[in-house]
Amino acid sequence: MAASGLSTHSFQGLILELQRFWAEQGCVILQPYDMEVGAGTFHPATTLRALGSDPWKAAYVQPSRRPADGRYGENPNRVQRYYQYQVILKPSPDDILDVYLASLAHIGIDAASHDIRFVEDDWESPTLGAWGLGWEVWCDGMEVSQFTYFQQVGGFDCDPVSGEITYGLERLAMYIQGIDNIFDLDWNGVEGEGRFTYGDIYLRGEREFSAYNFEYADTDVLRRQFEDAEAACGRLVEAGLALPAYDQCMKASHLFNLLDARGVVGVAERADYIARVRALARASCERWLDRPEGEA
Amino acid sequence: MPELLLELLSEEIPARMQARAAADLGRLVGGALDEARLPCASVDTYVTPRRLTLVADGLPARQPDVREERKGPRVDAPEKAISGFLRSVGLDRDQVEERETGKGVFLFAVTARAERDTPEVLADILPDALRRLPWPKSMRWGGRSLRWVRPLHRILCLFDGATVGFALDDVVSGDTTVGHRFLAPRPFAVTGFADYADKLRRARVVLDPVERRRTIVEGAGKLAAPGGLKVVPDEALLNEVTGLVEWPVPLIGRIDAAFMDLPPEVMTATMRANQKYFALEDAGGALAPRFVVVANTEAADGGRAIVAGNERVLRARLSDARFFWNEDRKRTLESRAPELANVVFRAGLGTLRAKARRMEALAVSIAEHVPGADEGMARSASRLAKADLVTGMVREFPELQGVMGRYYALANRENAEVAEAIAEHYAPRGPRDRCPTAPVSVAVALADKIDTLAGFFAIGEKPTGSKDPFALRRAALGVIRLILENALSLGLRGVFVEAFKHYSNVAMKLKFEDSENPLERYDVSATAPARADEVACELMEFVADRLETYLRDRGIRHDRITAVFSRTGEDDLSRLVARIGALDEFLAGEDGGNLLTAYRRAANIVRIEETNDDVAYRGRADGALLCEPPERELFEALTASEKEIAGHLAAERYVDAMAALGRLRRPVDRFFDDVTVNCDEPDLRRNRLFLLSRIGSALESVADFSRIEG
Repeated sequence: MAASGLSTHSFQGLILELQRFWAEQGCVILQPYDMEVGAGTFHPATTLRALGSDPWKAAYVQPSRRPADGRYGENPNRVQRYYQYQVILKPSPDDILDVYLASLAHIGIDAASHDIRFVEDDWESPTLGAWGLGWEVWCDGMEVSQFTYFQQVGGFDCDPVSGEITYGLERLAMYIQGIDNIFDLDWNGVEGEGRFTYGDIYLRGEREFSAYNFEYADTDVLRRQFEDAEAACGRLVEAGLALPAYDQCMKASHLFNLLDARGVVGVAERADYIARVRALARASCERWLDRPEGEA
Repeated sequence: MPELLLELLSEEIPARMQARAAADLGRLVGGALDEARLPCASVDTYVTPRRLTLVADGLPARQPDVREERKGPRVDAPEKAISGFLRSVGLDRDQVEERETGKGVFLFAVTARAERDTPEVLADILPDALRRLPWPKSMRWGGRSLRWVRPLHRILCLFDGATVGFALDDVVSGDTTVGHRFLAPRPFAVTGFADYADKLRRARVVLDPVERRRTIVEGAGKLAAPGGLKVVPDEALLNEVTGLVEWPVPLIGRIDAAFMDLPPEVMTATMRANQKYFALEDAGGALAPRFVVVANTEAADGGRAIVAGNERVLRARLSDARFFWNEDRKRTLESRAPELANVVFRAGLGTLRAKARRMEALAVSIAEHVPGADEGMARSASRLAKADLVTGMVREFPELQGVMGRYYALANRENAEVAEAIAEHYAPRGPRDRCPTAPVSVAVALADKIDTLAGFFAIGEKPTGSKDPFALRRAALGVIRLILENALSLGLRGVFVEAFKHYSNVAMKLKFEDSENPLERYDVSATAPARADEVACELMEFVADRLETYLRDRGIRHDRITAVFSRTGEDDLSRLVARIGALDEFLAGEDGGNLLTAYRRAANIVRIEETNDDVAYRGRADGALLCEPPERELFEALTASEKEIAGHLAAERYVDAMAALGRLRRPVDRFFDDVTVNCDEPDLRRNRLFLLSRIGSALESVADFSRIEG
């Protein structure tokens, strides 16, 4: 679609517009969590804040790492590090779908000329012990968002229920810019000399991190670090420190993803690792719930 | 007569749950109406992605009256008895009637249970019925405790045109609804079902799924026709798409020519699973570079942007598929086979690598009984059959298992028969699926299914009632079809024992080779050799049971099967079915029917006399005691036919054996007509009873006639 006149025609413009839109909806605009995570959901602003009874509204960009999705920069659609735009609204407002659709209109996707569909997609994170019901949102056959009503996190019931919206920023931008290769995305909307594409910024990283993820990551070290994170999480939970404990849980989760990408985790072992991370998530969430939220 | 209209408007209901939800709504509300003594002429339900609708017609305006009477004590009974009665019915003395009964004057309490207006009753019963609607998965939202499939937004409920007021949590019923999410989102009021359906249509919602479905089929057909194409039929996809749209608008798009060299199955799977597109084919059945997408809206530009967007998404999807296609072919299937050690076949039954090895050993034995099956090819095909499960493509599209194996095997220059066997070894997947006929395919398909059956039975995972999570019934039916439709002669009991033994053999072997892999370990004690016969026996019973179903569908009664199977324990299905067929034909004829009657009469007499005398009349009749001609004649006929039958059975001439039985009919009839069994002479009587029981054993050498019903 030709949207070159809009500020959302650039990748950074798209982010800025989403920030503006959700700020106007009363969201706290946060910054990315400063650790490697597999998805925006892992950010404590979602995982932990989805628990307990206090209202909460937040939005943020979260760089997400999926080591196994690396393709050395050679696949036009898959990368091992990408951006999610994450919105969490608690309790989920009755008009949440309308507001979401308004956000699409705000970034130039108008329901009058596009086919927007809600296709069943129940979300589950075995490592977080979390699940919810919702949809993939399709625009002309492309998944542009994930929409989830959280039912449980860390094994605990969510009451009230949060609504979570996750925009896949690269896909959305590719759609808006009308291009087929992620690395051709216009990043800053500048023509000529000052122009930067997604590839200018991230192609080298994709090549190097793919090599790291698949070939060079030292699996013995990773296994050891996993054990360390697991042990540290346990100690911090004992000490009643929910947030530092949860940091170690995120660390363990990412280390497991790296091991998985290296192809050294067998099926039974895989299930075991997942169960171990879930235990950390559960313990951290339990600690988080120990204290009144105003205090946390 | 008045009508009830009920609509539940929610956020998008998963397509796969819609039909069931509509049926459940009809059942629950219909049941509640019945229970509330509100009979109706019809209950119809409709479902769209956002609404569940019910219309019940011909309801009464009020509940019918119910009068209840209770008889109390006599009017002159003690005060205590009277006041107790009044208290129990909740009435005063002047509210009860006095009635002369012939045995004195008694008190009667008459209560007409207050008849209520239908809307009042509906407001009472509907919330409860709706809360009981069983969604496969339901959720809470916001701060509510109500559970629904997705957030419930509106309830429209009208009786005879007026709102029936009730609430589910804080969702209050009214007389309004909304149209299409994007094309007509504003609320509007309705007066009844006809008005509702009509206004919905104007608000761009086709309420009836049957009509949406028809619109899709016809619209897609019209788009395909100009190019000489037609839509590849796909019922499941059609049902799903019908549940994704309220206002179906089929559109046609192009597939980039650069992808047309991908296997057609890959293209179809990509379009179907990821994008819900219909594939098109030309007159020759070749996949065409077109697809049909069903949009849920009428776009201002006639759908140009929608088609362009979908084409672009498909390009991305197909380039993903191409990535797998290219990557997968960089390695041979053979080189992937060891990776099956990381895939669990079934907890307690080891990995797929172990399964492949067992299949290989078993397929070699089975191949001896499959004319034209080459042992070497059966080995290769078994070894490679599961290897495509660890390719990128099959991980992405599990439904392509087998199909991809064939492509990759051919790419590795494997033998064509081997490649075909890899593709076909899962077949037949049910009663209507094509059954393999190529010899190598047949051997490997049998080995796969028999190995699965033996393993699951060994660990006690048998189907129970309606539960058959591992599709073992389907596997058994597959075994039956492969054997019968290819006219194989195969003693199944022996194959079952062998399949069972491979579990322990392979377990032992792998234990030495890679004992560090915990997945390879399985319960060797479950596969102890002593269990082999037991498991083979259970499996044989299971297969016989499935055979009953299989033959019943072909018009053969189950008692015929039981009669033959229980007598002979025949484990060669082809022979078993030949015997059953011969018996069935024999019993349908005049000789058979008549002989069956005689058999029962003989068996009855023997049984009664055995009970009376407390002895068993089994023994050889003495030729010297045969004094009447019909006796002698029967004796001779039995002697002759027993010998003849044994000869025919040994040579598997079942029809001839039946004919020999048939020749007994006349002498048996004559015997019954002219000879008195229970005569006064004890020796003669005993000898005649021996003769009768011999009729039974002659017939039973062919089948257990006591199992024949009717």
